[in-house]
Amino acid sequence: MPQSFDALIADFEAGKTAALARAISIVENHRTGYDELMTRLHPRIGRAQRLGMTGPPGAGKSTITNLIVQSLRRDNLRVGVVAVDPSSPFTGGALLGDRVRMEAVALDRGVYIRSMATRGSLGGLSARTAEVADVLDAFGFDRIIIETVGVGQTELDIARTADTTVVVLVPESGDSIQTLKAGVMEIADIFVVNKGDRPGADRLRNDIELMLGLRRGATSANIPAHHGIPLKTFNPIRIARDAARSENPEEWLPAVLGTIASKGEGIDLLLAAVDRHFRYLQTSGGLKGRRRNRLKNQVTEVVAERLRARLWEDPDTITWLDTQLDLMEAGTATPFSVADELLSRSGPLLTGVKP
Amino acid sequence: MRPIRVLVAKPGLDGHDRGAKVVAAALRDAGMEVIYTGLHQTPEMIATAAIQEDVDVVGLSILSGAHMTLIPRVLDLLRDDGREDILVTGGGIIPREDMDALEARGTGRLFGPGTPTSELVEYIHNWFEAREAQTA
Repeated sequence: MPQSFDALIADFEAGKTAALARAISIVENHRTGYDELMTRLHPRIGRAQRLGMTGPPGAGKSTITNLIVQSLRRDNLRVGVVAVDPSSPFTGGALLGDRVRMEAVALDRGVYIRSMATRGSLGGLSARTAEVADVLDAFGFDRIIIETVGVGQTELDIARTADTTVVVLVPESGDSIQTLKAGVMEIADIFVVNKGDRPGADRLRNDIELMLGLRRGATSANIPAHHGIPLKTFNPIRIARDAARSENPEEWLPAVLGTIASKGEGIDLLLAAVDRHFRYLQTSGGLKGRRRNRLKNQVTEVVAERLRARLWEDPDTITWLDTQLDLMEAGTATPFSVADELLSRSGPLLTGVKP
Repeated sequence: MRPIRVLVAKPGLDGHDRGAKVVAAALRDAGMEVIYTGLHQTPEMIATAAIQEDVDVVGLSILSGAHMTLIPRVLDLLRDDGREDILVTGGGIIPREDMDALEARGTGRLFGPGTPTSELVEYIHNWFEAREAQTA
């Protein structure tokens, strides 16, 4: 279906799903002209609220996402979903199966679901997920839900891509030591312990709250000896719970919620917490900060990509580099001196202005 | 080259998804991005997913005998949204004369039981390369 760019943008602005899907493919594949497309869409970006869902495989991210979408639709909000699953590092292939859990909203015209493969990216998203979220934002969705691959401990890209990050855990996610570890436990704005009807769910919630209470300063300096802690006056779990319920514009302490997604339980409280977090971001200035950071990250990435393309796809540069190999072998030049010289001789190339 | 995107779906009411899963895994192993939607899909759900996901290929698995109803409906819905460029292929228990009729109506090749998965992979690869050469 060959389609000129203007026609695509006209269809996009007219709200046609096929045009949105095409635009996303152009961006996902960084096809020629994708930067022009993003430039045209840029003025429309910044209205949608972006919710990130992350957690280990099988924790219930897609099922909870499905329930959230249904609930948002009852409020007549339009929702775009980006669901990421892993690409094989061996074949590049992928099996994208998140739609299976989202059948209930499959035919809803106010919902758009897009599956993405990670394509070699290791942070739990694909390198293009943030840009795809921008495209959905420009299309006019009120909410964008970004679902990561099933994560371990260190896939944290979602934290800088979403406004609000929900970490979904299950009772089998581990003991109190796991809750203390660095990584994914640090990025949650909201914790959800799903499968709350299984043994250990309450214990895990307590462990997380204890960790959060400790993080908040209920440290051993404050806590009396191990025995006989006056829990009425000093209870880290209560500190965490109280803080999570309060609307403090200065500080956000993650809420720890329980859900049973298979029965649809707990979703209302989760959405209330999401709204509360978004209000906090608005009043605290955090939202502005996150969005500015996203813009900064994007510029960094575009610069890196353009430098790479301009330098290493330039035959003259490659030929020159080959001539330096002898010098480096002979010891009269080093990789560092060659790199410096290459940068200083490539000025016109880097600015995109050919001499 | 970007990966080929394929939607693998089971329209209709039969609950036998082993074949669809084998095909999905084979296409994944051949380096394709396979969007798997599971059982009991209506033609409307399949066409909507194909358009939202901007796939190159839709692969349908039908063992219920309803292929003469379901497959043309998918073709029509894709055409209504201007996406007749998507290859609709598939397989299952489909008599030869029905395969001929469906292919005449605009599907790609349809495959019967016992087809080696390598044949599907090769067919999709060849179709994709021919189309890319055409649009380039």
